[in-house]
Amino acid sequence: MSRKLYPVVALLIVAAMLLAACKPTPVPTEAPVVAPTQAPAAAPGGDLEVFSWWTAGGEAEGLAAMLKVFQAQYPDVNVINATVAGGAGVDARAVLATRMQGGDPPGSFQVHAGHELIDTYVVAGQMEPLTFLYEEEGWLDVMPEDLIKILSSEGEIWSVPVNIHRANVLWYNKSVFEAQGLEPPATWEEFFTVAETLKGAGIIPLSLGEAWTEVHLFETVLLGTLGPEAYAGLWTGETAWNTPEVTKALNNFDRVLDYVNEDYAALSWDQATQLVIDGTAAMNIMGDWAEGYFKAQEWTPGVEFGWAPAPGSGGSFDALSDSFGLPANAPNRDAVIAWLKVCGSKEGQDAFNPIKGSIPARTDGERSLYDEYLQSAMDDFSRDAIVPSLMHGAAAAPSWQQDVIDAVGLFIGNRDVAAFQEALTAACTSAGACQ
Amino acid sequence: MKQRLARILLYVLLIGAAVFYLTPIYVLLVTGFKSFQEVNLATMWALPSGVYLDNFAAAFVKLAPNLSNSLSLTVAATIISAFLGSLNGYVLSKWKFRGADALFTAVLFGMFIPYQSILIPLVRFMQMIGLYGRLWGLVLVHVIYGIPITTLIFRNYYATVVPNEMVEAAHIDGADLLGIYRYVMLPLAIPGFVVVMIWQFTSIWNEFLFAVTLTSPRYWPVTVALQNLAGSQIVEWNVQMAGAFLAALPTLLVYIFLSRFFLRGLMAGALKG
Amino acid sequence: MRIRKDRLLAVVLISPSVLAIAIFVYVFIAWTARASVSAWKGLLPDYTFVGLTNFVTLFRNPRFQIDMRNTGIFTVLFLAACLAIGLLLAVLLDQRPKGEAVFRNVYLFPMAISFIVTGVVWRWLLNPATSVERLSGLNLLFHQAGLDFLISQWYTHSRLGIAAIVIPATWQMSGFTMALYLAGLRSVPDELREAARVDGASEWQIYRYIILPMLKTVTLSAIIILGHTSLKIFDLVMAITQEGGKGFSADVPAMNMWYTAFRALRFGQGAAIAIIILVTVAVLIVPYLVYTFRTEVEQ
Repeated sequence: MSRKLYPVVALLIVAAMLLAACKPTPVPTEAPVVAPTQAPAAAPGGDLEVFSWWTAGGEAEGLAAMLKVFQAQYPDVNVINATVAGGAGVDARAVLATRMQGGDPPGSFQVHAGHELIDTYVVAGQMEPLTFLYEEEGWLDVMPEDLIKILSSEGEIWSVPVNIHRANVLWYNKSVFEAQGLEPPATWEEFFTVAETLKGAGIIPLSLGEAWTEVHLFETVLLGTLGPEAYAGLWTGETAWNTPEVTKALNNFDRVLDYVNEDYAALSWDQATQLVIDGTAAMNIMGDWAEGYFKAQEWTPGVEFGWAPAPGSGGSFDALSDSFGLPANAPNRDAVIAWLKVCGSKEGQDAFNPIKGSIPARTDGERSLYDEYLQSAMDDFSRDAIVPSLMHGAAAAPSWQQDVIDAVGLFIGNRDVAAFQEALTAACTSAGACQ
Repeated sequence: MKQRLARILLYVLLIGAAVFYLTPIYVLLVTGFKSFQEVNLATMWALPSGVYLDNFAAAFVKLAPNLSNSLSLTVAATIISAFLGSLNGYVLSKWKFRGADALFTAVLFGMFIPYQSILIPLVRFMQMIGLYGRLWGLVLVHVIYGIPITTLIFRNYYATVVPNEMVEAAHIDGADLLGIYRYVMLPLAIPGFVVVMIWQFTSIWNEFLFAVTLTSPRYWPVTVALQNLAGSQIVEWNVQMAGAFLAALPTLLVYIFLSRFFLRGLMAGALKG
Repeated sequence: MRIRKDRLLAVVLISPSVLAIAIFVYVFIAWTARASVSAWKGLLPDYTFVGLTNFVTLFRNPRFQIDMRNTGIFTVLFLAACLAIGLLLAVLLDQRPKGEAVFRNVYLFPMAISFIVTGVVWRWLLNPATSVERLSGLNLLFHQAGLDFLISQWYTHSRLGIAAIVIPATWQMSGFTMALYLAGLRSVPDELREAARVDGASEWQIYRYIILPMLKTVTLSAIIILGHTSLKIFDLVMAITQEGGKGFSADVPAMNMWYTAFRALRFGQGAAIAIIILVTVAVLIVPYLVYTFRTEVEQ
């Protein structure tokens, strides 16, 4: 009995080992010495790994469209579209950080423009500056100065923004507003008046979701109460956190929480937006990717839903941007630079953004390709004061961002404004921006 | 009469408990069969209006490579760690050298550690030996961290089921350590193998932390891919649930068909003490 | 002569495993401990020794304090629920009802499914809306059954949020506990029960005085396995709450560590959390290991 068993068993073990080993292994690309900056002589070939968290829906399609543009211009490059999902990229960032630490960078990776990139990879010396590319391609003339500021550190520019999203947008259900005879509120005082009317009519004034959406709301309250200069100054140390103006903003936030749906801690952002579609809630403050959701539910901009800048933030554009950078030891550097050129080109951005539902970082985008909302966003982008978003990686380093997230989380639990303000002040100090 | 009442109460409790255990699966399946527009928190208990098999097809298309990864990973790691455990358990139960017990206790501790406490050095180590991101690396990790539990199960199992006299008799007949393993222990070890393999198969198939930290997208097991299906923006809950069901199917099948043997193995002494 | 060669072979055979565990468990833990007393923030390793600063910061941190409280509450409730339900189901099944195998499979199968799969479903089931128009999940079910008093805020409840997480956790592990108890019950010889019956004992008395005391070992094993699982719980809380519920009502140390290390990139502090979790587990496990080691040596 056991005689016969033995070879079977041995075979099984060998088979098991073969099974695991027989998966096609990716060609491990050696990290080359950093090449001097020069224009690629011949058309680039080889592999290009593009790493992002655009796994589904309009994002994935937009990326595919941009890759198509790239492939048409550089047919010899084999593009590997590597994606990792998980709400606003937290898992992706974990995977990426681990790879970068281990000296195994992808060709190029999606990263929020601003401090998320700068305080993670740039300070660790793992990125190559891209100022040369901006000068070569003339991007400094077509991208707003405020945006370039967000992308820069120590006098160099570090990534190429593909799109711009706006965080401080107030979306509202038009028929609910008409039925109540209301106008979208322009200031926080107006908001509270409108909210009272809606509450009286049995409608939830503002719908809210979990975790990061709460911080998202918080930053728009900060922006709407303090104004763009003071808000931007919070993240550079120019604006102190323990001032009466900030207290006013915190009190506004405290008050707003009385006008939201009670189960917000359990809703994802799109479920919160859904409440507006259902008519259960009237307003929702969310970035303009919410427009994509409205349209997926077959609502038309300007018909069933309307928008306005979040209360108090008219004239301010709270920006976040998805961008691509050049890792210092990127495999196949020429292909990466080619990719970055496409990312920053009019053709590339106009292929990506209409599908994704965002606006190009360039101010010369082809207007006719974009819908009503996006066109209004493009107009605002070219004339508003542009400020960096905290929740979406532009304004502050990840550790500072985490401290604010924790402070907001605790505040939501205990509603203690004084403790909240203290925690925020301490966060600024430990981030090294304040004294 | 009292007997009858007691019997009725018994069934009421059993069925009530069964409802509790089946509720999440009901929601899972029901949502998996709905169309995207139908999926709404307010109507989550409602039966779907039709049977949208598309969800399962779509989910399968997206998850197929990952299901295959999971299968390779789990089968390989389960078989290897089972044999390692059977060998270790044999040595530690029948060939006690000085300090064997202390050694075993030290090894056993490894079963209880929170994986967060070794996660970061593990990642760096895997990068150092070039296995980071590869499926083979994850297999190695699962085999190593499976050593304590597989050794424990076999050690207890052999201690209960194979009397020392049997080993001595074989010894007297001229068999050496390996011979005894081959002719005495292995034939008797089947229930032990069943318990170990079911346990390992389930643990490894469902594992998430190592999977998400140590593999690159091409080698993702299905647990990571499932999280990924959620996308970063709008989630198609119906496809997500269908995918979740597909991901759970293999272990479910293992349990449905093999739970009897699992219990038998347990009773034969695999997990005593 | 052969015995000595065999003894040597025994040591050789077991060495690779021992070596692997030595590295992958003990060396790595030492490494994490070293990182926990360092100032490491960001991608570049920084081993500057800072003593216990990370730990002090943690114990002063309000979020971490909530985490520790949550762990305590969760562990106690989870253990109690699993043991009670597991034992109850095992006793019920021991009565050999019709369709025993089917019932057994139903109770056991949740163990086969990961929380990444069921997490979203539980999130929906435990939806915290309490006003009538917004009800969903279990709350909706209770309302429709007229059991309004059971409606709750579940895991967003400020003090007891973590208790809601016990429900899915118990759902998953009580079947396993039941299997342990059932195996234990079945190993009580029938003759013993018969003898007691002949002596005039009722079923209840048989359970109380003969069978239950014999289950002590099983209970101990169950406590050890369930206990250490609950101290390091991660997948479940991550799948249901993403960020720890409302005001961290359902936050746990393991999740805190994940965000600290991989989002805020504070590896030194993340390592400190990991060490704290490890010590908590060790406090439970080491006495047990020492106890089993001693009883083995006696044999």
